[in-house]
Amino acid sequence: MILELWQLTVHELSQLLLRKEVSATELLESVWGRIEEVEDQVKSYITLDPEGARAAAAESQRLLESGRPRSALEGIPCGLKDVLSTKGLRTTCGSKILSNYVPPYDATAVQALKEAGTVILGKTNMDEFAMGSSCENSGFFPTHNPWDLTRVPGGSSGGSASAVAAGEAMFTLGSDTGGSVRQPASLCGVVGMKPTYGAVSRYGLIAFASSLDQIGPLTRDVTDCAMVLDFIVKHDPMDSTSVEIKRGSYLEALRPADEAVKGLKIGVPKEYMGKGLEPGVEAQVKKALELLQELGAEVEECSLPHSSYALDAYYVIAPAEASSNLARYDGVRYGYRSKQYDDLIDMYRKTRAEGFGPEVKRRIMLGTYALSAGYYDAYYLKAQKVRTLIREDFDKVFAKFDVIAGPTSPTVAFKLGEKVDDPLAMYLSDIFTIPVNLAGLPGISVPCGFSEGLPVGLQFIGKAFDESTLLRVAYATEQACSLGNMAVLCARALAKGTKEGARG
Amino acid sequence: MSGKYEAVIGLEVHVELNTKSKIFCSCPTEFGKEPNTQVCPVCLGLPGVLPVLNEEAVRKAVQAALALNCEITSYAKFDRKNYFYPDLPKAYQISQYDLPLARNGWIELSGGKRIGIRRVHLEEDAGKLVHQGDITSAAFSFADYNRCGVPLIEIVSEPDIRDPEEARDYLTRLKGILQHIGVSDCRMEEGSLRVDANVSVRPVGSREFGTRTELKNIGSFRAVYRGLSYEIERQSKLLDRGEPVIQETRHWDEQNGVTRSLRGKEEAQDYRYFPEPDLVPLQLDPDWVEEIRRTLPELPEARKARFVREYGLPEYDADVLVSSPPIANFYEECVRLFGEPKTVSNWVMGELFRLLNDSGMEPEELKLRPSELVSLLKMTREGVVSGKIAKDVFEQMFRTGEDPESIVKKHNLVQISDKSALEPLVLQVIAENPKVVDDYKSGKKQAFAFLVGQVMKATKGRANPAVVNELLHKRLD
Ligand SMILES: [Zn+2]
Repeated sequence: MILELWQLTVHELSQLLLRKEVSATELLESVWGRIEEVEDQVKSYITLDPEGARAAAAESQRLLESGRPRSALEGIPCGLKDVLSTKGLRTTCGSKILSNYVPPYDATAVQALKEAGTVILGKTNMDEFAMGSSCENSGFFPTHNPWDLTRVPGGSSGGSASAVAAGEAMFTLGSDTGGSVRQPASLCGVVGMKPTYGAVSRYGLIAFASSLDQIGPLTRDVTDCAMVLDFIVKHDPMDSTSVEIKRGSYLEALRPADEAVKGLKIGVPKEYMGKGLEPGVEAQVKKALELLQELGAEVEECSLPHSSYALDAYYVIAPAEASSNLARYDGVRYGYRSKQYDDLIDMYRKTRAEGFGPEVKRRIMLGTYALSAGYYDAYYLKAQKVRTLIREDFDKVFAKFDVIAGPTSPTVAFKLGEKVDDPLAMYLSDIFTIPVNLAGLPGISVPCGFSEGLPVGLQFIGKAFDESTLLRVAYATEQACSLGNMAVLCARALAKGTKEGARG
Repeated sequence: MSGKYEAVIGLEVHVELNTKSKIFCSCPTEFGKEPNTQVCPVCLGLPGVLPVLNEEAVRKAVQAALALNCEITSYAKFDRKNYFYPDLPKAYQISQYDLPLARNGWIELSGGKRIGIRRVHLEEDAGKLVHQGDITSAAFSFADYNRCGVPLIEIVSEPDIRDPEEARDYLTRLKGILQHIGVSDCRMEEGSLRVDANVSVRPVGSREFGTRTELKNIGSFRAVYRGLSYEIERQSKLLDRGEPVIQETRHWDEQNGVTRSLRGKEEAQDYRYFPEPDLVPLQLDPDWVEEIRRTLPELPEARKARFVREYGLPEYDADVLVSSPPIANFYEECVRLFGEPKTVSNWVMGELFRLLNDSGMEPEELKLRPSELVSLLKMTREGVVSGKIAKDVFEQMFRTGEDPESIVKKHNLVQISDKSALEPLVLQVIAENPKVVDDYKSGKKQAFAFLVGQVMKATKGRANPAVVNELLHKRLD
């Protein structure tokens, strides 16, 4: 079978580009062709930048031809979640309130990718201000899961996940506040990582919940994930919470499967395998863990006793921070402003009433309430205490285990519209990912199988700044599960879905 | 105020620190630039930006806190103070709530009374709105964000102040201390020092506090005095009539000399303070703090003691001179060039203060250079001009900025000590005032002074009085 260029991985394409077997412009046209072919059905992007991408690819090609590529990512087309500031390129954060906002500066992570020579295709769809688990809260349109167009891609980095799965980008960046990279990665059958809090600079990442937000890559495989991570994990003086860490190359830390997991102690929290978990998901997760055991890993049950409080704590802390972070969208300096208003207060009210969607308003109200005089101690302070307990749960487990494993999401991709009217059901999608953000730890979701023809993700959680171990165990999982070329499989499902859609 | 009531006053003072760059970004802080030319994504609060704390701002805040006898807290943090206003681009101010940088300091007033300082904390300034017309009816307003993110310290006093005079004394001393250590220029007219006052009254002898009001929009130390006096009087009258004082914020109307209700307690904002997640807690290294303490510039109290010791000045003179660093510096430079510390202090505290007062100028706006006063003093010492003329010359120097030599030359003010030039005038005065001469000769000593005065008048004050004395005595005795 001859593969299209867009069906290859970053590490494969990097070799082809460096060996000049493929040109950056050729690669871009391949990906662009794919976007033109499927974007109408999938709707991964809010903004596409064909001129910018073509200019960047031409520059990459010039450097490749002259033997002076800027990095191994030279000429690789990628997409960016629309939460990342891009200089001169509209950045909406999935919200009408920023529908006309063009940032004057690049986020640090974006700058790193530009300096590495990547080709930025556009800005991917997301739940408004990263609040959601299905991409249905986008202020513009929902994104469809390329494995089944009637289903959601997950969220909030839904467009970033669907673009990688459908071949509309070789990799993307997303952001993860409570699972927003890992959950859509799981639902779209791609690899998604949330690095340790402080590993990737948040400068230029439009804040949802500052103490939880982290930028992470979505890729076709674990090798690509390590490759991209190598470019974006670095200390940034522009972010006071960014941490200076001594580390080697993540890519070079990858090891063959058996070597990587021999003697590795994997803890499986009993709280993650309980009720609410779809049997199909549970079966795939268990099967993958057995495969790791066969490779020499020691898999044992463990406990994170305060997990059941994580969702409650999260839905106080994240909205509290969001209520403050989103207060700046007031129509005064940039972004949307209501057309008709009487005075300043009226302008604020109407601008925000018209500019924000219902989920964002819900969380602003929740957060404002939680921080109000008389309620602060009962809500915000208590939630912070729960957060400490959750952190301590992880510390205890990591005293005995190297990594924690479990399902990324309790379900496979659900139907569009299925949970939009039931916020609590929607919130439960992130039940296994949220504790990781509360504890500031790294987590990765790697495809481990299929249930009802839809991808299932296995989540690994690591010690702070131990991304290398996570990548190694995820790599071993990928090898052990050997699901085949996911891009090809997804393209087949998408072609079938499109045909059925056309018939129905 | 009648003797029945006693006032309880606490002051909140905001001071802009004179760092080169802003507190959370690298924009310059210079005052008076074109609107919105000293801004960047960070201080404009654009989506996605993050604050990075300027170490120089922390250093200056610590200097100030140490100079105010505060304890520096080993673990401080920043918090967000949330409210909507167009001059606040993030819709929250990064400030410090429950764990401020410093606590428990004091300032000593003239009489030795100590006013406690509850806390000193670090925060960012907001921008400035320029209203098109009156604030209540403006059709639109312009926003200038140059000032946004300039570092501020807020200094909160204990309610230890008992009358407007103590309030003024406290502020004068506070300003002197901050200027001495060089952390702020403390210019109220440019907004680099701002004062809010909390005031209540209670029956003398009562230990409970009365209901307080907060005074805002106070533009000068004089306005602090006037505003507090008005407010104390107003509250006392209310109590006399058995009416309650309402807890509220009141606006000082300088023009009409009254305070007006701005907003009541029920409209008070809930700022929803919570820890700033974008900044790490401030854990100051005790060695670093000690280093700052050791290298703190000379404080007013120490300088005063030195003035008494080194220059032999009376306590009073020393106290007045050090209350303003520009004056103290001016004084010391004059003494270095001229000597005679007491002569110089008489000039500074007499003539210079009078002229500053009359012109309404702040000491830091003084253009006159020490060397110029010193040339005038030398001319006086050498008899080139008389003491009386010197005062006129000084006034002209102060107003026009001209140097004393050219003023004296231009207006022909050189003292006449030449006997042959004065002799005819003395004779003329004797001839024209026979009655006074007779009085003098019959023992009326004060008649002599009149005759000297007539000669001085005839020379427009230029005659050397000693020479005139000598010539008159020669003729009359
Ligand atoms: Zn700035």
